[in-house]
Amino acid sequence: MRSYWSITLATLAKDIRLEWRSKDALNAMLFFSLLVVVIFVFSFDPLAEESRHIAGGLIWVAFLFATVVALNQTWARELRNQVLDAYRVSPAPATALFLAKALGNFILVSLLEALMAPLFVIFYNLRVLGPAWQLIPVALLGTWALVVNGTFFAAMSVRTRSRELMLPLLLFPVSIPAVLGMVAATTNILTGENSAHFYIVLLLTYDVVFTTACIGLFDTVLQAE
Amino acid sequence: MKKAFPILAVLTALFLAYAFYQAMFIAPTDALQGDVYRIIFYHVPSAWTAFLLFFINFIASVQYLASAKPSSARAAKWIVIAVGIIGVVVPFLPQVQQWLNTIGMYPSSAATTALMIPAAYFLVGKYFLGQDLDVLAVTAAEVGVVFCTIVLITGPIWARPVWGIWWAPGDIRLTSTLVLWLIYVSYLVLRHFSDGAQTQKLAAVLAVFGALDIPLVYFSIWFFRTQHPQPVIGGGGSMDPRMLHVLLISWMAFLCFAFLVCWARFQLEKLRREVEEAEALESLLEPGGSAGQTSKGKVLSRGRQ
Repeated sequence: MRSYWSITLATLAKDIRLEWRSKDALNAMLFFSLLVVVIFVFSFDPLAEESRHIAGGLIWVAFLFATVVALNQTWARELRNQVLDAYRVSPAPATALFLAKALGNFILVSLLEALMAPLFVIFYNLRVLGPAWQLIPVALLGTWALVVNGTFFAAMSVRTRSRELMLPLLLFPVSIPAVLGMVAATTNILTGENSAHFYIVLLLTYDVVFTTACIGLFDTVLQAE
Repeated sequence: MKKAFPILAVLTALFLAYAFYQAMFIAPTDALQGDVYRIIFYHVPSAWTAFLLFFINFIASVQYLASAKPSSARAAKWIVIAVGIIGVVVPFLPQVQQWLNTIGMYPSSAATTALMIPAAYFLVGKYFLGQDLDVLAVTAAEVGVVFCTIVLITGPIWARPVWGIWWAPGDIRLTSTLVLWLIYVSYLVLRHFSDGAQTQKLAAVLAVFGALDIPLVYFSIWFFRTQHPQPVIGGGGSMDPRMLHVLLISWMAFLCFAFLVCWARFQLEKLRREVEEAEALESLLEPGGSAGQTSKGKVLSRGRQ
């Protein structure tokens, strides 16, 4: 019997290798969020001062939509050839599988953010007035908040009739506090008017609560018949 | 059901009519707002009823998930007991007491609310078993969404003349109620779009996620100001005792109405599942035959009695 982490890492490595060979999800996400950015630029033509106030919201909305594109792929891939059923009967712990999927999505979305963030800076002429290093914990915690629940709800929505449609319907309502936290923290850092401390703690709490809930309940979702 | 339901329906209708009479003619007119304020006799009871129903949905969902395995049932039982004890003790700690005052809540009302969790958990666990827990959860969520919709509609109708705006976008109470409504609508959407026995498990899991989300929603909008009136029960708000009297009558009438609707929906859902089961059984026994009708008829006629 292999250890918990070796199972997690094996599944993660498999997913990354698959993604590296096809680059399906990453290309779709990149182009999708590029389109969202361009449409935002056309829709709002703000001054530098205004753009600092709205950019936080725009960035995270773009990433939220792009994340859904990636998340839908997560489990859909395992439906072919009944891979998911094989996971179900295998003795490997279900949570190891979940963690691997969540980490895979986390890496994918973080990569997307790293590539797209400079574009936002260019299009909106952003100059950070607050402590810029705080954007890193906000990005990491915010991405994990989206991805951990997203991976979980994607596992739920593949069990329903209209899979791809269901995911945002389940994910967005529950993600509202996290999105609010990310947007408020980013805006506070960009404008430098208020401290983002409260929202970083909020995001951390959100991550801890929902990571625990996901790990505790994933087995129920995977085995639900 | 057949005999008791019409009697109860008539009594509830009379009670609602009495509450309407009290709200429109007996309650004194507000000195500042005039007659517009009378909408609270529908707004506030709907809100309380909706929150109560969502709470029942959460409890039933946890019971349903816990009842899957004896070990998880035991763990859930002790967690609920611990939550009850902690919830009663913590509000009376000096620092927490101070903090509760700032959000306009008495420690005693917070402790009573916390005590509701184990009380409801064990009551629901005693009277509802297996499938009935899931039927209770879906009933509570559906009726709760209807009452929550009433809250969200009557609120702006009142706010327009009093505040001058339909909706205050940065308001803590308005936003949290709206998010609550969104969460339970997504719960109903999930139930609608998935089929088979897995629906129940998935929906119960989503209900737990929604319940975990509510405190976080509340904290995420912590810095939003509120212009919503303070709570009149267990909080810092104040109200003319005559108005409060009418409000409580109205709430009782709404609770009776909610109970009546929930009861009917509960029986209907149970009947629907019986019909489904009978049909599935029939198609197993006689492949290719259209004998499903007869069995369905049998169950239906049993349900009517």
